[in-house]
Amino acid sequence: MAIRRRALLGTAALAAPGGLPWRARAQGGQGQGAPIRIGVLTDMSGPYRDLTGPSSLAGARQAAEEFSAATGLAVEVIAGDHQNKPDVGVNIARQWFDRDGVDMIADLPNSAVALAVSQVAREKNKVVVGSGVGSTAFTGAQCSPNSVQFTYDTYMLAKGTGDALVKQGSDTWFFVTADYAFGHALQADTARFVEAAGGKVLGAARYPFPATTDFSSFLLQAQAARPKVIGFANAGADLVNCIKQAREFGLARQGLKFACLLMTVVDTLSLGLPEAQGLLMTESFYWDLNPRTRAFADRVKGKLQGRIVNASCAGNYGGTLHYLKAVQSLGPGPARASGLAVVERMKAMPCDDDAFGPGRIREDGRKLTPGYLFQVKAPGESTGPFDVHKLIATTPAESAARPLAEGGCPFVKT
Amino acid sequence: MDDIFGIPAPLLFGQLLLGLINGAFYAMLSLGLAVIFGLLNIVNMAHGAQFMMGAFAAWMLLAWGGIGYWWALILAPIIVGITGVIMEKLFISKLYKLDHLYGLLLTFGLALIIEGVFRNEFGSSGLPYRIPPELSGAWDLGFMFMPVYRGWVVIAALILCLATWLMIEKTRLGAYLRAATENAALVQAFGVNVPRMITLTYGFGVALAAVGGVLAAPIYSVNPQMGSNLIIVVFAVVVIGGMGSILGSVLTGFALGIVEGLTKVFWPEASATVIFVIMAIVLLARPAGLFGRA
Repeated sequence: MAIRRRALLGTAALAAPGGLPWRARAQGGQGQGAPIRIGVLTDMSGPYRDLTGPSSLAGARQAAEEFSAATGLAVEVIAGDHQNKPDVGVNIARQWFDRDGVDMIADLPNSAVALAVSQVAREKNKVVVGSGVGSTAFTGAQCSPNSVQFTYDTYMLAKGTGDALVKQGSDTWFFVTADYAFGHALQADTARFVEAAGGKVLGAARYPFPATTDFSSFLLQAQAARPKVIGFANAGADLVNCIKQAREFGLARQGLKFACLLMTVVDTLSLGLPEAQGLLMTESFYWDLNPRTRAFADRVKGKLQGRIVNASCAGNYGGTLHYLKAVQSLGPGPARASGLAVVERMKAMPCDDDAFGPGRIREDGRKLTPGYLFQVKAPGESTGPFDVHKLIATTPAESAARPLAEGGCPFVKT
Repeated sequence: MDDIFGIPAPLLFGQLLLGLINGAFYAMLSLGLAVIFGLLNIVNMAHGAQFMMGAFAAWMLLAWGGIGYWWALILAPIIVGITGVIMEKLFISKLYKLDHLYGLLLTFGLALIIEGVFRNEFGSSGLPYRIPPELSGAWDLGFMFMPVYRGWVVIAALILCLATWLMIEKTRLGAYLRAATENAALVQAFGVNVPRMITLTYGFGVALAAVGGVLAAPIYSVNPQMGSNLIIVVFAVVVIGGMGSILGSVLTGFALGIVEGLTKVFWPEASATVIFVIMAIVLLARPAGLFGRA
């Protein structure tokens, strides 16, 4: 009996499920010579699939098709599933660079994978345009002259939410935090901006990750501290559970605000407006911001099979488009020969695309983009299934990114 | 305000009540596991996936068929129970003569496949399911805000556990079942169709997991991983209670929910570990579990 039980628990503790290898191809353009190859290395089967995966691929393909149609440059987009494992990501990247003639790798959600692949691209003198990577180390201590961080980083999220809310009078905070490195970092970053803006952090409840499904205890601890804002330093299913349970226990009815430090429009749809209404979050893209974002959303939606046009789709579109412009400007031959030259050209040329508008890429590889603080609409305010966010505040592009001198990127001279 | 061990009394009472509610879920899930293990000797690692399927069935009934919560509470377990019957017929029935580990590995593999298929079909970020209007709202208990739905979960779990225990321990059908697990050949000789009874028992255990899933859908994120987080704790509950002991796993489920709730007050970071510490101590002191027969 005892042996059986021990064996059972041993097996129960075995590895988490991994996804199957996944590949898709999209052809764009009919130009001369070997096409420029772009590999979208993303999460096709795991926790970030809904956020990135097919949406990221659609954005990159859209950019390739538009650019090919306009210039005649032949571009091919392929996709790979890194399964959130750095070793799998690095293997695919090496194979792509060495055997498949891939010139640029895009997306890379999951910072561990992104940082590993970035080193491979540097070693092979290729290009990485990371849209899904959120770690500030990507353009900080572990920056690479061959890499660009296009869509967001955790600094922007923390500042966009923490700073803006305190300035609107929500100045006492309590955090509900996932007890691991990511949760701690998100809490610490946000707390810094809250305190810098004159706010006060009353405390934090750290819950075991990933073993927690019921958050009511931690929510009641937060409520007992009587803050104006509860900051959720977690993501995905944990965040959704926190929100659902906070509503259930009537926290919002007492005038408490919920700040979600890493939430996207996909989470809003997953919660549904009745549960999500009033939530606050920062993102760098929303499809309904202005006429250009709406035009982009209209063009790309046919590739998304009913999914919303989100920041991953937009980031991979904008990043790929800007990369292709730099390739065209250098000429495909020299561009293929030196990834470093392409990234330098990307930094030298101003960016402009329908998803993000005009902008530029800084010396350390960070694309400067405004941080938008959004609030989820109430069901009565929404006029369609994807009409879910309204803009509350904007952090300008130059101040949304961490100051260059604080990053510690070795090749940047300040 | 009165303090108990430095914690304000209202907070402590609140946490005790929450622990009881979480214990209701542990009890319901460990009940199904205990029934399947006690009567079939199969360690059903697919239980978490079947719990998830119950929640998804409720979502599908609502989104595709317009069928609400109350009917889902009846229909979802039947639907998921039927998939369990098919699974038992196709796969599990081949393994009764082999070592337990084979059943464990098979059901573990099936759980991974089921979760993968759901993730591919429905994505990883979860689907919305609302609390039914009859059960929304909350009671103000003075020391805390008690959602009506949570109260309903505790009541439903108690009824379900009691009914299952009565059926297995006090009815003729339950007597046949228990006899069949002791000596299948003899019971078959008396004219009872033992293989069919075993198949239906597995289906029933699976249906219990699905009921838990429907009850969980309005308060937890309905996503393909929702069962895998819970199942490891539930296995620990079953081991502490004594494998195959139905009453034991129910009582242990509620008790551990309360212990976990208290840990969340005094030392939140340890609340996931405390159940496994208790498990280790119980295994050292009483290898057959608190209520198990060695």
